[in-house]
Amino acid sequence: MTLNRRQILLLLPAATVAWEYVLAGNPDESPNYKMSEHWWGMLIDITKCIGCGSCVRACAMENDVPEGYFRTWIERYHVSDWHIEAPEVDSPNGGKDGFPPGKEEGGKNFFVPKMCNHCVDSPCSQVCPVGATFHTPDGVVLVDYNYCLGCRYCIQACPYGCRFFHPKKHTADKCTLCYHRITKGLTTACCEACPTGARQLADLKNPNDPIHAFLKTHSVQVLKPHLATGSKLYYNSLDGSVR
Amino acid sequence: MAEFKDSAHLIRLAGVFLLGLVLFVVLQRTMTPRSFGRYGPFRGDALAEISARPVAYAGHEVCETCHSDEAALKASGAHKTVNCESCHGPLAKHADDPGTVQPVLPDVATLCLRCHSKNIAKPKGFPQTDAKPNSGGKPCDACHKPHSPGLQAGDKK
Repeated sequence: MTLNRRQILLLLPAATVAWEYVLAGNPDESPNYKMSEHWWGMLIDITKCIGCGSCVRACAMENDVPEGYFRTWIERYHVSDWHIEAPEVDSPNGGKDGFPPGKEEGGKNFFVPKMCNHCVDSPCSQVCPVGATFHTPDGVVLVDYNYCLGCRYCIQACPYGCRFFHPKKHTADKCTLCYHRITKGLTTACCEACPTGARQLADLKNPNDPIHAFLKTHSVQVLKPHLATGSKLYYNSLDGSVR
Repeated sequence: MAEFKDSAHLIRLAGVFLLGLVLFVVLQRTMTPRSFGRYGPFRGDALAEISARPVAYAGHEVCETCHSDEAALKASGAHKTVNCESCHGPLAKHADDPGTVQPVLPDVATLCLRCHSKNIAKPKGFPQTDAKPNSGGKPCDACHKPHSPGLQAGDKK
């Protein structure tokens, strides 16, 4: 059988489609998990955080976060009683090894755990030139490590400083809200390890989730609300000096 | 009106455009992953790849299926909000294969003080201690049992 040029040109698209279906295969998906039934966020209760660093260590062990980089970290704020706009913040090794006792200087002192805010209108995903940072239908912001070019634009765009450049993968990296855990019905590693319940994973689409009762009865705030990022990290008792 | 005699040029031009279109469609279909756009403007398979990561922390529900005595003891004391792996570390491998993977007991000398050392930024109601005067050099678990840290049974502190 001989093919002329015209027949080859006509066959090419059909062959492409067939080739695609053969090579792609089907991805493994969590069988009992329906993305449309969830909308994930997290509640962080500053009145309960003791700065022990359990969340930072748990995150590093669960997700193989390289030493010196953080998907979550803890900051300690010291706000003097005469200048609330200029807090002193320290975070030795991200709070991974706890904090030194601190000096009695008056003013107020508290810990603020930080991580990706999983914004609804996230600046990081808007600037990605290749669509490697994306929003899942259940409200989690993720990085496609095979698509990421490593241009670092998203790292600069995140107003919360939650992204870093992974030294081995050479891609942007960040908190996945333990997507491999929450799709299996588990809570995140940081919430599992938090000894006081200062962090609680919240499913805003689940009417039985305790987050709803909490939001009704407490003064809850997100970080940098003026940026309208649609953050889903809800802080209870957040001080105005926190940036 | 004179007939347009050079229409052959237009047909050739249309042919070039058509070829370009076919080439574009072929390249686009070849280079775009099949799962692109399944859930939104991104590669859908990335979700399955990310969620395929193995779990390191089993979760306290898994621990409690075997260690129900410890769970009941812990639930009665001040450490009721502390999950097992908060102190014992990630033990999903032990939960998968309890016979061969044995957990190591945490060292109380560092473990307890991670939470209970004095710190100015800790909430005022949280029990904090100066270890040396409080313990007199003894390890914490000489008096406080980690699963129910009160000095007497039922003691909440």
